[in-house]
Amino acid sequence: MENMINLTIDNRAVCVPKGTTLLDAAETVGIKIPALCHIDLKGTCVKSSPASCRICVVEVAGRRNLAPACATTVTEGMVVLTNSARVVRARKTVAELILSDHPNDCLTCPKCGDCELQELVTRFNIREMQYKGEQSSRKKEITAAITRNMDKCILCRRCESVCNNVQTVGVLGAVRRGFDTTIAPTFDRMFSETDCTYCGQCVAVCPTGALTERDNTDRLLDDICNPDKVVVAQPAPAVRVALGEEFGYEPGTIVTGKLATSLRRLGFDYVFDTDFGADLTIMEEGAEILSRLKAFLGGDKDVKLPIMTSCCPAWVNFYEHNYPDLLEYPSSAKSPAQMFGAIAKTYWAQKMGIPREKLVVVSIMPCLAKKYECERDEFKVDGNPDVDYSISTRELARLIKRSNIDFRSLEDTDFDKPLGESSGAAAIFGATGGVMEAALRTVYEVYTGKTLPRIEFQEVRGLDGIKEATIDLAGFPLKVCVAHTLGNARYLMDKLRSGELDYHVVEVMACPGGCIDGAGQPYHHGDVEVIKARARAIYREDEGKPIRKSHENPDIQKLYREFLGEPLGERSHHLLHTRYFDKTVK
Amino acid sequence: MSEIKVSCEALRKTEEICRNFNNDPGELISILHETQNTLGYLPEAVQRVIARQLRISAQKVYGVVTFYSFFSMVPKGKYPVSVCLGTACYVRGSDKVLEEFKRVLGIEVGETTPDGRFSLDCLRCVGACGLAPVATIGEKVYGRLNPSDIKKIVAEFDD
Repeated sequence: MENMINLTIDNRAVCVPKGTTLLDAAETVGIKIPALCHIDLKGTCVKSSPASCRICVVEVAGRRNLAPACATTVTEGMVVLTNSARVVRARKTVAELILSDHPNDCLTCPKCGDCELQELVTRFNIREMQYKGEQSSRKKEITAAITRNMDKCILCRRCESVCNNVQTVGVLGAVRRGFDTTIAPTFDRMFSETDCTYCGQCVAVCPTGALTERDNTDRLLDDICNPDKVVVAQPAPAVRVALGEEFGYEPGTIVTGKLATSLRRLGFDYVFDTDFGADLTIMEEGAEILSRLKAFLGGDKDVKLPIMTSCCPAWVNFYEHNYPDLLEYPSSAKSPAQMFGAIAKTYWAQKMGIPREKLVVVSIMPCLAKKYECERDEFKVDGNPDVDYSISTRELARLIKRSNIDFRSLEDTDFDKPLGESSGAAAIFGATGGVMEAALRTVYEVYTGKTLPRIEFQEVRGLDGIKEATIDLAGFPLKVCVAHTLGNARYLMDKLRSGELDYHVVEVMACPGGCIDGAGQPYHHGDVEVIKARARAIYREDEGKPIRKSHENPDIQKLYREFLGEPLGERSHHLLHTRYFDKTVK
Repeated sequence: MSEIKVSCEALRKTEEICRNFNNDPGELISILHETQNTLGYLPEAVQRVIARQLRISAQKVYGVVTFYSFFSMVPKGKYPVSVCLGTACYVRGSDKVLEEFKRVLGIEVGETTPDGRFSLDCLRCVGACGLAPVATIGEKVYGRLNPSDIKKIVAEFDD
């Protein structure tokens, strides 16, 4: 075939399609060239190969200088050495130069053990600091969600690439030049003064400890140790398909039972489930979809369609900052975590006779923006937040290790009742398309009064950036669209603004793949297979559930009977719905 | 949010410059050049206008402005001082002249005195190597400078 290229890498014959990089070509024959600045989550739009770190250099016969494997494509007859003495020497020197102005505090660095630079140092057998350079002194910042310590930045520009090209948020980028270069938010401001959405994808791709999460683990331990507090856990759907990775399980291993047990062992007084909140979200958002559809079909010209999901806090921040003129389109439904908090601190607390100020609701999330969401004023009652704070999947793993719990030997247990009961529809919230599918299962049955012939909506699953489908709702063609990453969201919002968006319901998730690749998840280190495995696990979790539709969750039905009344009713409106604000940076 | 208040007229002019370049993001550097020539500097509010016109992030504009030493985010002084650090001037001691300007004016290179009267920059060669070391203040060229002359020269601009 003329589009195939033959070459040799380390004396092994390789045949790959034209346009393949040397890095990818080598991998097909089991040669893993070290790389640092390069990242490529194949099948998503997360890709950055600035060829700036020079760690991946290789020797190409006939070429004077060494070539960066991540940015050099194969040519016919090429002879490549990835491990010659010249390459090894150059690669080591490059790493030593990167270390020359890197803070030498690995032992106490939050990224210790998970740092890609540290891994290279081990791999290259660097046992002393060859060059001692001047140390840079750059800005540090701790926001509600993200911690920024740019002294640890190696200028790989991955964060700049995701912030600008993938998310189109455009906050992080290189400023100044030479030794003074740093990656900074717009005008060297703090994140909090910019359009940052706290999606945290910069953290998810940062190879070192320059960008990490805001750590809430000590705060949680303090609350757990306080005998006056009743501490309640609510883990999100995506946590249970990723947490196992931190304990040596294969990506995609479902550890729901062990998750519940480990939370009990940590000392949580009650272990509930954000999935309950997800079912509740479907009840409210589903009712809102139906109400807008009915108005539309009844000839109401002012009805705002498409209705857009509002579970993802980074997406909410994104439209508040960029589309203040379109704030009536997203559903007013709060996120599942916030709905859970609102119900836990009213319905459940009253039932149990626990005063609000004694109750601490902690969410365990795949997400960093959730940390910010907890701090929003509209989710507080007299200054007391519905969800007190959030910890990430990674933080939970650290707490489990710190508390001497052997995760792998834990038995499986169930979540506590009543706020721990959930359907398969809630489980799939963690993958892109999941909220849409969950909503369709309920909307279809409520709208048509019939049982769904097939419960799975394959057309809204998968990693495509924008997925479209038309669902037959008893003769009415319901046009739906699912987008993930904020870049794809911007594409849709710009079309909505210019009046070219022809859908009834749109789902948006800020992170590539949805919450399973949230910024609080175990680091994928550029391996997209990890994300795909988590997605498969999410759908397996759904299949294993006896109840797979939110409106059939008996504890949700009971909650409406005993407390809420109707979806979109007065009490629901007060507790489970929110408003949005113009947050344009002036 | 801008620290320096910028007149509506300046922002309107900036928009006009962008339009003259068809709001083409590829012309960012030319637009920054012309805007700085027109306004004297590139404050944050002006950069935000350029970003909006070109439909790029303000971060990108800011990145370019901070990359090139030619661009300035602070207004130049009424009397802009430039000290030549070209080879001929340098070997005749212009670095010491520069140090003396810094000391007398109390500012670093790229800064403007708080009263807005003087700003300090360095440049490479004004074509008066025979007079090295050379500095310019506004349009006026000062040659054969000695650090001890600086205080007196600055005092001449007593307005």
